[in-house]
Amino acid sequence: MESMVELRQLRKTFGPIVAVDEVSFTVGQGEVLGFLGPNGAGKSTTMKMITGFLTPTGGTAKVNGFNIQEQPLEAKKSLGYLPEGAPAYGEMTPLSFLVFIAEMRGFRGAELDCRVAETMEKVNLEGVAHQPIDTLSKGFKRRVGLAQAIVHDPAVLILDEPTDGLDPNQKHEVRGLIRTMARDKAIILSTHVLEEVHAVCTRAMIIAKGKVITDGTPAELEARSRRHNAVILRLRGPLPDGVQAVLEGVPGVKRVEVIDEGLAEHEYRILPADGQPIISAISQCVHRQDWDVVELSVDRGHLDEVFRSLTMPAQALT
Amino acid sequence: MGRIGVIFKRELIGYFATPIAAVFIIIFLMLAGAFTFYLGDFFARGQADLIPFFDFHPWLYLVLIPALAMRLWAEERRGGTIELLFTLPVTLWEAVAGKFLAAWCFTGIALALTFPTWITVNILGEPDNGVILTSYLGSFLMAGGFMAIGSCVSALTKNQVIAFVISVVVGLGFVLSGFPMVLDVFSGWAPQFLLELISSFSFLTHFNALSRGVIDVRDLVYFLSLIGFWLFATALMLEWKKAE
Repeated sequence: MESMVELRQLRKTFGPIVAVDEVSFTVGQGEVLGFLGPNGAGKSTTMKMITGFLTPTGGTAKVNGFNIQEQPLEAKKSLGYLPEGAPAYGEMTPLSFLVFIAEMRGFRGAELDCRVAETMEKVNLEGVAHQPIDTLSKGFKRRVGLAQAIVHDPAVLILDEPTDGLDPNQKHEVRGLIRTMARDKAIILSTHVLEEVHAVCTRAMIIAKGKVITDGTPAELEARSRRHNAVILRLRGPLPDGVQAVLEGVPGVKRVEVIDEGLAEHEYRILPADGQPIISAISQCVHRQDWDVVELSVDRGHLDEVFRSLTMPAQALT
Repeated sequence: MGRIGVIFKRELIGYFATPIAAVFIIIFLMLAGAFTFYLGDFFARGQADLIPFFDFHPWLYLVLIPALAMRLWAEERRGGTIELLFTLPVTLWEAVAGKFLAAWCFTGIALALTFPTWITVNILGEPDNGVILTSYLGSFLMAGGFMAIGSCVSALTKNQVIAFVISVVVGLGFVLSGFPMVLDVFSGWAPQFLLELISSFSFLTHFNALSRGVIDVRDLVYFLSLIGFWLFATALMLEWKKAE
Protein backbone atom coordinates (compact mmCIF):
# COMPACT_ATOMS: atom_id res chain seq x y z
CA MET A 1 0.00 0.00 0.00
CA GLU A 2 1.41 3.33 -1.09
CA SER A 3 1.42 6.01 1.56
CA MET A 4 -0.40 9.13 0.38
CA VAL A 5 -0.05 11.15 3.55
CA GLU A 6 3.03 10.89 5.67
CA LEU A 7 3.56 12.79 8.91
CA ARG A 8 6.85 12.76 10.73
CA GLN A 9 7.12 14.19 14.21
CA LEU A 10 4.79 17.00 13.26
CA ARG A 11 4.69 19.60 15.97
CA LYS A 12 2.96 22.94 16.46
CA THR A 13 3.19 25.32 19.34
CA PHE A 14 1.34 28.56 19.89
CA GLY A 15 3.50 30.42 22.38
CA PRO A 16 3.71 28.19 25.44
CA ILE A 17 0.83 25.98 24.29
CA VAL A 18 1.71 22.74 22.54
CA ALA A 19 -1.16 22.12 20.14
CA VAL A 20 0.32 19.15 18.28
CA ASP A 21 3.09 17.15 19.89
CA GLU A 22 5.27 15.12 17.52
CA VAL A 23 2.55 13.30 15.64
CA SER A 24 3.71 10.68 13.15
CA PHE A 25 1.60 8.40 10.97
CA THR A 26 0.97 7.43 7.37
CA VAL A 27 -2.26 6.98 5.48
CA GLY A 28 -2.44 4.86 2.36
CA GLN A 29 -4.76 4.67 -0.61
CA GLY A 30 -8.12 3.16 0.27
CA GLU A 31 -7.85 4.12 3.92
CA VAL A 32 -10.36 6.32 5.69
CA LEU A 33 -8.75 7.57 8.85
CA GLY A 34 -11.02 9.01 11.53
CA PHE A 35 -9.54 11.57 13.90
CA LEU A 36 -11.27 11.43 17.25
CA GLY A 37 -10.60 13.57 20.23
CA PRO A 38 -12.04 16.19 22.53
CA ASN A 39 -12.26 19.81 21.43
CA GLY A 40 -8.86 21.44 21.41
CA ALA A 41 -7.04 18.11 21.13
CA GLY A 42 -5.15 19.25 18.04
CA LYS A 43 -7.21 17.57 15.31
CA SER A 44 -7.87 20.71 13.30
CA THR A 45 -4.35 22.04 13.84
CA THR A 46 -2.91 18.79 12.48
CA MET A 47 -5.17 19.04 9.45
CA LYS A 48 -4.22 22.67 8.89
CA MET A 49 -0.57 21.67 8.82
CA ILE A 50 -1.14 18.77 6.42
CA THR A 51 -2.99 21.09 4.05
CA GLY A 52 -0.27 23.73 4.23
CA PHE A 53 -2.33 26.45 5.88
CA LEU A 54 -0.24 26.45 9.04
CA THR A 55 3.52 26.18 9.14
CA PRO A 56 4.64 23.43 11.50
CA THR A 57 6.96 24.34 14.37
CA GLY A 58 8.79 21.10 13.68
CA GLY A 59 8.60 17.89 11.68
CA THR A 60 7.34 17.30 8.16
CA ALA A 61 4.14 16.48 6.35
CA LYS A 62 4.12 14.90 2.92
CA VAL A 63 1.12 14.69 0.62
CA ASN A 64 1.32 12.38 -2.36
CA GLY A 65 5.10 12.34 -1.91
CA PHE A 66 5.47 16.13 -1.87
CA ASN A 67 6.64 17.95 1.22
CA ILE A 68 3.98 20.56 1.94
CA GLN A 69 6.60 23.08 3.05
CA GLU A 70 9.09 22.58 0.23
CA GLN A 71 6.76 21.89 -2.70
CA PRO A 72 3.50 23.45 -1.56
CA LEU A 73 1.92 23.88 -5.00
CA GLU A 74 2.48 20.25 -6.05
CA ALA A 75 1.25 18.97 -2.70
CA LYS A 76 -1.84 21.20 -2.75
CA LYS A 77 -2.74 20.06 -6.25
CA SER A 78 -3.31 16.50 -5.06
CA LEU A 79 -5.20 17.63 -2.01
CA GLY A 80 -8.85 18.41 -1.38
CA TYR A 81 -9.71 20.12 1.90
CA LEU A 82 -12.95 20.90 3.66
CA PRO A 83 -12.08 23.36 6.45
CA GLU A 84 -14.10 23.36 9.65
CA GLY A 85 -17.47 25.01 9.12
CA ALA A 86 -17.21 24.73 5.31
CA PRO A 87 -16.30 28.37 4.58
CA ALA A 88 -17.28 29.77 1.17
CA TYR A 89 -17.69 33.18 -0.44
CA GLY A 90 -21.27 33.87 0.55
CA GLU A 91 -22.18 36.26 -2.24
CA MET A 92 -21.33 33.66 -4.89
CA THR A 93 -23.66 30.92 -6.08
CA PRO A 94 -22.62 27.26 -5.75
CA LEU A 95 -22.08 27.23 -9.52
CA SER A 96 -19.89 30.34 -9.73
CA PHE A 97 -18.01 29.25 -6.60
CA LEU A 98 -17.22 25.83 -8.04
CA VAL A 99 -16.17 27.38 -11.35
CA PHE A 100 -13.82 29.67 -9.41
CA ILE A 101 -12.29 26.74 -7.50
CA ALA A 102 -11.94 24.67 -10.68
CA GLU A 103 -10.25 27.62 -12.43
CA MET A 104 -7.88 28.03 -9.52
CA ARG A 105 -7.07 24.36 -9.90
CA GLY A 106 -6.16 24.96 -13.51
CA PHE A 107 -9.19 23.63 -15.39
CA ARG A 108 -10.46 25.51 -18.44
CA GLY A 109 -13.11 25.21 -21.12
CA ALA A 110 -15.05 22.01 -21.67
CA GLU A 111 -13.16 20.07 -19.03
CA LEU A 112 -14.01 22.69 -16.44
CA ASP A 113 -17.71 22.62 -17.32
CA CYS A 114 -17.71 18.85 -17.21
CA ARG A 115 -15.96 18.66 -13.82
CA VAL A 116 -18.22 21.27 -12.25
CA ALA A 117 -21.39 19.62 -13.57
CA GLU A 118 -20.24 16.19 -12.43
CA THR A 119 -19.39 17.43 -8.95
CA MET A 120 -22.69 19.29 -8.59
CA GLU A 121 -24.49 16.09 -9.45
CA LYS A 122 -22.42 14.03 -7.03
CA VAL A 123 -23.35 16.18 -4.05
CA ASN A 124 -26.88 17.05 -5.25
CA LEU A 125 -26.43 20.78 -5.67
CA GLU A 126 -28.18 21.24 -9.01
CA GLY A 127 -31.37 22.48 -7.36
CA VAL A 128 -29.65 25.44 -5.72
CA ALA A 129 -26.98 26.10 -8.36
CA HIS A 130 -27.99 29.73 -8.85
CA GLN A 131 -28.81 30.81 -5.30
CA PRO A 132 -26.28 32.83 -3.30
CA ILE A 133 -24.48 30.53 -0.86
CA ASP A 134 -25.37 32.88 2.03
CA THR A 135 -29.05 32.04 1.55
CA LEU A 136 -28.57 28.26 1.64
CA SER A 137 -29.28 25.95 4.57
CA LYS A 138 -26.48 24.46 6.62
CA GLY A 139 -26.78 21.12 4.83
CA PHE A 140 -26.40 22.70 1.41
CA LYS A 141 -23.50 24.86 2.58
CA ARG A 142 -21.72 21.75 3.78
CA ARG A 143 -22.30 20.13 0.41
CA VAL A 144 -20.85 23.18 -1.33
CA GLY A 145 -17.78 22.81 0.86
CA LEU A 146 -17.54 19.14 0.04
CA ALA A 147 -17.98 19.87 -3.66
CA GLN A 148 -15.08 22.35 -3.74
CA ALA A 149 -12.89 19.75 -2.05
CA ILE A 150 -13.55 17.04 -4.63
CA VAL A 151 -13.94 19.01 -7.87
CA HIS A 152 -10.43 18.06 -9.02
CA ASP A 153 -10.78 14.41 -7.91
CA PRO A 154 -7.85 14.65 -5.49
CA ALA A 155 -5.80 11.68 -4.32
CA VAL A 156 -5.94 12.93 -0.75
CA LEU A 157 -9.03 14.27 0.95
CA ILE A 158 -8.95 16.05 4.30
CA LEU A 159 -12.36 16.71 5.85
CA ASP A 160 -12.68 18.65 9.09
CA GLU A 161 -15.99 17.62 10.67
CA PRO A 162 -17.78 16.89 7.41
CA THR A 163 -21.11 16.00 9.04
CA ASP A 164 -21.16 18.47 11.93
CA GLY A 165 -24.55 20.15 12.23
CA LEU A 166 -26.28 18.06 9.58
CA ASP A 167 -29.56 16.26 10.15
CA PRO A 168 -29.55 12.42 10.19
CA ASN A 169 -30.55 12.13 6.52
CA GLN A 170 -27.85 14.54 5.41
CA LYS A 171 -25.31 12.74 7.57
CA HIS A 172 -26.25 9.48 5.94
CA GLU A 173 -25.85 11.03 2.49
CA VAL A 174 -22.45 12.55 3.21
CA ARG A 175 -21.20 9.29 4.69
CA GLY A 176 -22.39 7.44 1.62
CA LEU A 177 -20.49 9.89 -0.54
CA ILE A 178 -17.31 9.45 1.49
CA ARG A 179 -17.60 5.67 1.26
CA THR A 180 -17.97 5.74 -2.51
CA MET A 181 -14.87 7.92 -2.82
CA ALA A 182 -12.84 5.91 -0.35
CA ARG A 183 -11.57 3.21 -2.67
CA ASP A 184 -9.05 5.17 -4.70
CA LYS A 185 -8.26 7.95 -2.25
CA ALA A 186 -6.66 8.46 1.11
CA ILE A 187 -9.15 10.22 3.35
CA ILE A 188 -8.65 11.81 6.74
CA LEU A 189 -11.70 13.09 8.55
CA SER A 190 -12.28 14.43 12.02
CA THR A 191 -15.46 13.87 13.94
CA HIS A 192 -17.10 14.03 17.33
CA VAL A 193 -19.68 11.46 16.36
CA LEU A 194 -18.42 8.03 17.30
CA GLU A 195 -20.99 6.15 15.25
CA GLU A 196 -19.44 7.81 12.22
CA VAL A 197 -16.27 5.87 12.84
CA HIS A 198 -18.22 2.65 12.33
CA ALA A 199 -20.05 4.02 9.35
CA VAL A 200 -17.10 5.22 7.25
CA CYS A 201 -13.68 4.72 8.79
CA THR A 202 -11.29 1.84 8.19
CA ARG A 203 -9.02 3.19 10.87
CA ALA A 204 -9.56 5.31 13.96
CA MET A 205 -7.11 7.44 15.86
CA ILE A 206 -7.77 9.08 19.20
CA ILE A 207 -5.91 12.32 19.79
CA ALA A 208 -5.74 14.13 23.09
CA LYS A 209 -3.53 17.00 24.18
CA GLY A 210 -1.75 16.95 20.84
CA LYS A 211 -0.69 13.32 21.05
CA VAL A 212 -1.90 10.19 19.32
CA ILE A 213 -3.25 7.91 22.03
CA THR A 214 -4.52 4.97 20.00
CA ASP A 215 -4.43 4.00 16.37
CA GLY A 216 -6.26 0.97 15.03
CA THR A 217 -9.35 -0.33 13.30
CA PRO A 218 -12.68 0.61 14.88
CA ALA A 219 -13.01 -3.02 16.02
CA GLU A 220 -9.62 -2.94 17.73
CA LEU A 221 -10.65 0.23 19.46
CA GLU A 222 -13.83 -1.38 20.69
CA ALA A 223 -11.84 -4.33 21.96
CA ARG A 224 -10.27 -1.96 24.44
CA SER A 225 -13.63 -1.40 25.99
CA ARG A 226 -14.18 -2.88 29.44
CA ARG A 227 -17.38 -4.32 28.11
CA HIS A 228 -15.92 -5.85 24.97
CA ASN A 229 -17.34 -9.38 24.56
CA ALA A 230 -19.47 -8.96 27.66
CA VAL A 231 -22.73 -10.90 27.57
CA ILE A 232 -26.10 -9.40 28.29
CA LEU A 233 -28.47 -11.95 29.75
CA ARG A 234 -32.14 -11.34 30.42
CA LEU A 235 -34.19 -14.02 32.19
CA ARG A 236 -37.89 -14.31 32.92
CA GLY A 237 -38.75 -14.66 36.59
CA PRO A 238 -39.51 -15.82 39.12
CA LEU A 239 -36.01 -17.08 39.72
CA PRO A 240 -34.31 -18.70 42.67
CA ASP A 241 -31.66 -16.78 44.61
CA GLY A 242 -28.06 -17.17 43.66
CA VAL A 243 -28.30 -16.72 39.88
CA GLN A 244 -25.46 -14.26 40.09
CA ALA A 245 -23.27 -16.74 41.95
CA VAL A 246 -23.98 -19.45 39.38
CA LEU A 247 -23.00 -17.14 36.54
CA GLU A 248 -19.86 -16.07 38.35
CA GLY A 249 -18.91 -19.73 38.55
CA VAL A 250 -18.83 -20.14 34.76
CA PRO A 251 -15.24 -20.45 33.54
CA GLY A 252 -13.88 -17.28 31.89
CA VAL A 253 -16.23 -14.95 33.75
CA LYS A 254 -14.64 -12.14 35.63
CA ARG A 255 -17.61 -10.41 37.16
CA VAL A 256 -21.38 -10.27 36.92
CA GLU A 257 -23.15 -6.95 37.12
CA VAL A 258 -26.80 -6.80 37.98
CA ILE A 259 -28.60 -4.40 35.71
CA ASP A 260 -32.07 -5.19 36.96
CA GLU A 261 -33.34 -7.84 39.42
CA GLY A 262 -37.08 -7.30 39.39
CA LEU A 263 -39.84 -9.78 39.95
CA ALA A 264 -40.73 -10.38 36.33
CA GLU A 265 -37.27 -10.16 34.77
CA HIS A 266 -33.65 -10.29 35.74
CA GLU A 267 -30.98 -8.66 33.63
CA TYR A 268 -27.24 -9.18 34.03
CA ARG A 269 -24.12 -7.97 32.33
CA ILE A 270 -21.47 -10.69 32.48
CA LEU A 271 -17.95 -9.35 32.03
CA PRO A 272 -15.31 -11.71 30.66
CA ALA A 273 -11.77 -12.09 31.94
CA ASP A 274 -9.29 -10.67 29.40
CA GLY A 275 -11.98 -9.82 26.88
CA GLN A 276 -12.30 -13.43 25.72
CA PRO A 277 -15.60 -14.55 24.19
CA ILE A 278 -17.74 -16.29 26.82
CA ILE A 279 -21.12 -16.45 25.19
CA SER A 280 -21.06 -20.19 24.45
CA ALA A 281 -20.08 -21.01 28.03
CA ILE A 282 -22.88 -18.81 29.31
CA SER A 283 -25.29 -20.34 26.86
CA GLN A 284 -24.44 -23.86 28.06
CA CYS A 285 -24.83 -22.81 31.68
CA VAL A 286 -28.21 -21.25 30.99
CA HIS A 287 -29.26 -24.43 29.25
CA ARG A 288 -28.19 -26.60 32.17
CA GLN A 289 -30.02 -24.44 34.67
CA ASP A 290 -33.08 -24.46 32.44
CA TRP A 291 -33.71 -20.73 32.89
CA ASP A 292 -36.31 -19.00 30.75
CA VAL A 293 -34.18 -16.79 28.48
CA VAL A 294 -35.56 -13.54 27.07
CA GLU A 295 -32.33 -12.15 25.69
CA LEU A 296 -28.78 -13.38 25.27
CA SER A 297 -26.45 -11.09 23.38
CA VAL A 298 -22.82 -10.06 23.04
CA ASP A 299 -21.73 -6.54 23.74
CA ARG A 300 -19.12 -5.56 21.13
CA GLY A 301 -17.88 -2.72 23.26
CA HIS A 302 -18.56 0.96 23.30
CA LEU A 303 -16.43 3.48 21.50
CA ASP A 304 -17.69 6.31 23.61
CA GLU A 305 -16.62 4.45 26.73
CA VAL A 306 -13.17 3.81 25.25
CA PHE A 307 -13.02 7.43 24.16
CA ARG A 308 -13.87 8.66 27.65
CA SER A 309 -11.50 6.33 29.41
CA LEU A 310 -8.62 7.30 27.15
CA THR A 311 -9.16 11.04 27.06
CA MET A 312 -10.25 11.54 30.67
CA PRO A 313 -8.21 8.92 32.55
CA ALA A 314 -9.07 10.28 35.99
CA GLN A 315 -12.77 9.60 35.60
CA ALA A 316 -12.47 6.30 33.78
CA LEU A 317 -13.10 4.25 36.89
CA THR A 318 -16.43 5.76 37.80
CA MET B 1 -5.45 33.48 -17.55
CA GLY B 2 -3.21 32.71 -14.60
CA ARG B 3 -4.23 32.31 -11.00
CA ILE B 4 -3.82 36.05 -10.36
CA GLY B 5 -6.34 36.58 -13.15
CA VAL B 6 -8.79 34.06 -11.67
CA ILE B 7 -8.64 35.74 -8.26
CA PHE B 8 -8.85 39.19 -9.88
CA LYS B 9 -11.99 38.23 -11.79
CA ARG B 10 -13.70 36.68 -8.76
CA GLU B 11 -12.95 39.69 -6.58
CA LEU B 12 -14.06 42.25 -9.13
CA ILE B 13 -17.32 40.42 -9.82
CA GLY B 14 -17.71 40.15 -6.04
CA TYR B 15 -17.82 43.94 -5.70
CA PHE B 16 -20.68 44.12 -8.14
CA ALA B 17 -22.52 41.15 -6.60
CA THR B 18 -22.86 43.09 -3.36
CA PRO B 19 -24.16 46.60 -2.66
CA ILE B 20 -20.55 47.70 -2.11
CA ALA B 21 -20.08 48.67 -5.74
CA ALA B 22 -23.21 50.80 -5.99
CA VAL B 23 -22.70 52.51 -2.64
CA PHE B 24 -19.03 53.24 -3.21
CA ILE B 25 -19.42 54.53 -6.75
CA ILE B 26 -22.43 56.71 -5.98
CA ILE B 27 -20.85 58.23 -2.87
CA PHE B 28 -17.56 58.77 -4.67
CA LEU B 29 -19.21 60.52 -7.61
CA MET B 30 -21.44 62.64 -5.37
CA LEU B 31 -18.61 63.78 -3.14
CA ALA B 32 -16.26 64.38 -6.06
CA GLY B 33 -18.94 66.52 -7.69
CA ALA B 34 -19.89 68.39 -4.53
CA PHE B 35 -16.27 69.21 -3.66
CA THR B 36 -15.54 70.39 -7.16
CA PHE B 37 -18.54 72.61 -7.65
CA TYR B 38 -19.09 73.97 -4.14
CA LEU B 39 -15.79 73.92 -2.27
CA GLY B 40 -13.69 74.23 -5.40
CA ASP B 41 -15.72 77.03 -6.98
CA PHE B 42 -15.51 75.32 -10.33
CA PHE B 43 -17.66 77.86 -12.19
CA ALA B 44 -16.67 81.05 -10.40
CA ARG B 45 -12.99 80.47 -11.08
CA GLY B 46 -13.70 81.01 -14.75
CA GLN B 47 -10.91 78.66 -15.80
CA ALA B 48 -11.21 75.66 -18.05
CA ASP B 49 -9.28 73.11 -16.05
CA LEU B 50 -9.98 70.38 -13.53
CA ILE B 51 -7.66 71.58 -10.75
CA PRO B 52 -10.48 72.02 -8.20
CA PHE B 53 -11.69 68.54 -9.12
CA PHE B 54 -8.37 66.77 -8.64
CA ASP B 55 -7.30 68.82 -5.61
CA PHE B 56 -9.87 67.07 -3.49
CA HIS B 57 -8.98 63.57 -4.56
CA PRO B 58 -6.39 62.90 -1.82
CA TRP B 59 -8.97 63.76 0.84
CA LEU B 60 -11.68 61.76 -0.83
CA TYR B 61 -9.44 58.73 -1.09
CA LEU B 62 -8.24 59.15 2.45
CA VAL B 63 -11.70 58.24 3.73
CA LEU B 64 -13.24 56.17 0.96
CA ILE B 65 -10.41 53.82 0.05
CA PRO B 66 -9.81 52.52 3.58
CA ALA B 67 -13.55 51.77 3.64
CA LEU B 68 -13.07 49.60 0.58
CA ALA B 69 -9.73 48.14 1.65
CA MET B 70 -10.71 47.23 5.20
CA ARG B 71 -12.58 44.17 4.03
CA LEU B 72 -9.85 42.86 1.72
CA TRP B 73 -8.25 40.44 4.18
CA ALA B 74 -10.21 41.08 7.35
CA GLU B 75 -13.27 39.56 5.73
CA GLU B 76 -11.41 36.54 4.39
CA ARG B 77 -10.20 35.89 7.89
CA ARG B 78 -13.55 36.47 9.56
CA GLY B 79 -15.39 34.18 7.14
CA GLY B 80 -12.69 31.50 7.23
CA THR B 81 -12.26 31.66 3.45
CA ILE B 82 -8.61 32.57 3.99
CA GLU B 83 -8.10 28.91 4.87
CA LEU B 84 -9.79 27.89 1.66
CA LEU B 85 -7.76 30.31 -0.43
CA PHE B 86 -4.38 29.37 0.97
CA THR B 87 -4.95 25.63 0.69
CA LEU B 88 -5.58 26.03 -3.03
CA PRO B 89 -2.49 25.72 -5.23
CA VAL B 90 -1.74 29.44 -5.13
CA THR B 91 1.21 31.39 -3.79
CA LEU B 92 0.84 34.08 -1.16
CA TRP B 93 2.05 36.66 -3.64
CA GLU B 94 -0.49 35.67 -6.31
CA ALA B 95 -3.35 35.97 -3.82
CA VAL B 96 -2.14 39.35 -2.52
CA ALA B 97 -1.66 40.69 -6.04
CA GLY B 98 -4.96 39.34 -7.39
CA LYS B 99 -7.03 40.82 -4.59
CA PHE B 100 -5.19 44.14 -4.65
CA LEU B 101 -5.44 44.54 -8.42
CA ALA B 102 -9.18 43.88 -8.34
CA ALA B 103 -9.71 46.49 -5.63
CA TRP B 104 -7.47 48.98 -7.42
CA CYS B 105 -9.23 48.34 -10.72
CA PHE B 106 -12.55 48.92 -8.97
CA THR B 107 -11.44 52.38 -7.80
CA GLY B 108 -10.25 52.93 -11.38
CA ILE B 109 -13.78 52.23 -12.59
CA ALA B 110 -15.19 54.70 -10.07
CA LEU B 111 -12.61 57.27 -11.19
CA ALA B 112 -13.39 56.68 -14.86
CA LEU B 113 -17.06 57.31 -14.15
CA THR B 114 -16.21 60.94 -13.35
CA PHE B 115 -15.87 61.48 -17.11
CA PRO B 116 -18.94 63.81 -17.26
CA THR B 117 -16.87 66.38 -15.36
CA TRP B 118 -14.23 66.15 -18.06
CA ILE B 119 -16.88 66.48 -20.77
CA THR B 120 -18.36 69.50 -18.98
CA VAL B 121 -15.08 71.35 -18.87
CA ASN B 122 -14.51 70.58 -22.55
CA ILE B 123 -17.91 72.00 -23.43
CA LEU B 124 -17.36 75.13 -21.34
CA GLY B 125 -13.89 75.91 -22.58
CA GLU B 126 -10.72 74.54 -24.04
CA PRO B 127 -8.79 72.83 -21.27
CA ASP B 128 -5.38 71.21 -21.68
CA ASN B 129 -6.51 67.60 -22.05
CA GLY B 130 -2.93 66.39 -21.64
CA VAL B 131 -2.82 67.83 -18.14
CA ILE B 132 -6.18 66.25 -17.37
CA LEU B 133 -4.91 62.89 -18.54
CA THR B 134 -1.78 63.01 -16.36
CA SER B 135 -3.97 64.14 -13.47
CA TYR B 136 -6.16 61.10 -13.93
CA LEU B 137 -3.03 58.95 -14.02
CA GLY B 138 -1.72 60.58 -10.84
CA SER B 139 -5.07 60.18 -9.13
CA PHE B 140 -5.24 56.51 -10.08
CA LEU B 141 -1.70 55.85 -8.83
CA MET B 142 -2.46 57.63 -5.58
CA ALA B 143 -5.60 55.51 -5.18
CA GLY B 144 -3.33 52.46 -5.56
CA GLY B 145 -1.09 53.79 -2.80
CA PHE B 146 -4.00 54.21 -0.40
CA MET B 147 -5.34 50.79 -1.38
CA ALA B 148 -1.99 49.07 -0.77
CA ILE B 149 -1.75 50.65 2.69
CA GLY B 150 -5.31 49.51 3.41
CA SER B 151 -4.53 46.02 2.18
CA CYS B 152 -1.65 45.68 4.61
CA VAL B 153 -3.61 47.01 7.59
CA SER B 154 -6.53 44.75 6.69
CA ALA B 155 -4.20 41.75 6.79
CA LEU B 156 -3.35 42.64 10.38
CA THR B 157 -6.76 42.42 11.96
CA LYS B 158 -10.02 40.53 11.82
CA ASN B 159 -11.81 43.67 12.95
CA GLN B 160 -12.84 45.85 10.03
CA VAL B 161 -13.45 48.97 12.12
CA ILE B 162 -9.91 48.83 13.47
CA ALA B 163 -8.62 48.22 9.94
CA PHE B 164 -10.49 51.29 8.72
CA VAL B 165 -9.30 53.64 11.45
CA ILE B 166 -5.66 52.57 11.23
CA SER B 167 -5.69 52.83 7.43
CA VAL B 168 -7.05 56.37 7.62
CA VAL B 169 -4.38 57.39 10.12
CA VAL B 170 -1.52 55.84 8.12
CA GLY B 171 -2.94 57.35 4.94
CA LEU B 172 -3.14 60.75 6.62
CA GLY B 173 0.50 60.42 7.58
CA PHE B 174 1.40 59.88 3.93
CA VAL B 175 -0.77 62.72 2.69
CA LEU B 176 0.61 65.19 5.20
CA SER B 177 4.21 64.05 5.46
CA GLY B 178 5.35 67.20 3.66
CA PHE B 179 3.45 69.42 6.08
CA PRO B 180 4.62 70.96 9.37
CA MET B 181 2.01 68.88 11.22
CA VAL B 182 4.03 65.74 10.57
CA LEU B 183 7.47 67.27 10.15
CA ASP B 184 7.31 69.09 13.52
CA VAL B 185 7.26 65.73 15.23
CA PHE B 186 10.70 65.04 13.80
CA SER B 187 12.25 68.47 13.33
CA GLY B 188 13.51 68.83 16.90
CA TRP B 189 15.81 65.85 16.84
CA ALA B 190 15.98 64.21 13.43
CA PRO B 191 18.79 65.06 10.99
CA GLN B 192 18.00 67.16 7.95
CA PHE B 193 18.27 64.31 5.46
CA LEU B 194 15.63 62.36 7.36
CA LEU B 195 13.29 65.33 7.29
CA GLU B 196 13.75 65.62 3.55
CA LEU B 197 13.21 61.91 3.18
CA ILE B 198 9.97 62.08 5.16
CA SER B 199 8.68 65.05 3.24
CA SER B 200 9.56 63.31 -0.01
CA PHE B 201 7.15 60.54 0.99
CA SER B 202 4.21 62.87 0.71
CA PHE B 203 1.41 61.76 -1.58
CA LEU B 204 0.57 65.39 -2.20
CA THR B 205 3.97 66.39 -3.56
CA HIS B 206 4.01 63.59 -6.09
CA PHE B 207 0.35 63.86 -6.97
CA ASN B 208 0.57 67.62 -7.46
CA ALA B 209 3.45 67.22 -9.90
CA LEU B 210 1.41 64.80 -11.99
CA SER B 211 -1.74 66.90 -11.78
CA ARG B 212 0.13 69.91 -13.13
CA GLY B 213 0.84 67.88 -16.25
CA VAL B 214 4.40 66.88 -15.49
CA ILE B 215 5.14 63.20 -15.93
CA ASP B 216 8.32 62.67 -13.98
CA VAL B 217 9.62 59.11 -13.83
CA ARG B 218 10.42 59.67 -10.16
CA ASP B 219 6.77 60.28 -9.35
CA LEU B 220 5.73 57.10 -11.16
CA VAL B 221 8.48 55.14 -9.47
CA TYR B 222 7.45 56.63 -6.14
CA PHE B 223 3.86 55.44 -6.36
CA LEU B 224 4.67 52.04 -7.87
CA SER B 225 7.38 51.25 -5.34
CA LEU B 226 5.11 52.46 -2.55
CA ILE B 227 2.45 50.02 -3.75
CA GLY B 228 5.06 47.27 -4.05
CA PHE B 229 6.32 47.91 -0.56
CA TRP B 230 2.90 47.80 1.07
CA LEU B 231 1.91 44.67 -0.83
CA PHE B 232 5.12 43.01 0.29
CA ALA B 233 4.22 44.03 3.84
CA THR B 234 0.73 42.59 3.28
CA ALA B 235 2.24 39.23 2.37
CA LEU B 236 4.46 39.31 5.46
CA MET B 237 1.52 40.17 7.72
CA LEU B 238 -0.55 37.37 6.24
CA GLU B 239 2.21 34.84 6.70
CA TRP B 240 2.64 36.02 10.27
CA LYS B 241 -0.99 36.34 11.34
CA LYS B 242 -2.67 33.77 9.12
CA ALA B 243 -3.65 31.42 11.87
CA GLU B 244 -5.37 33.93 14.15
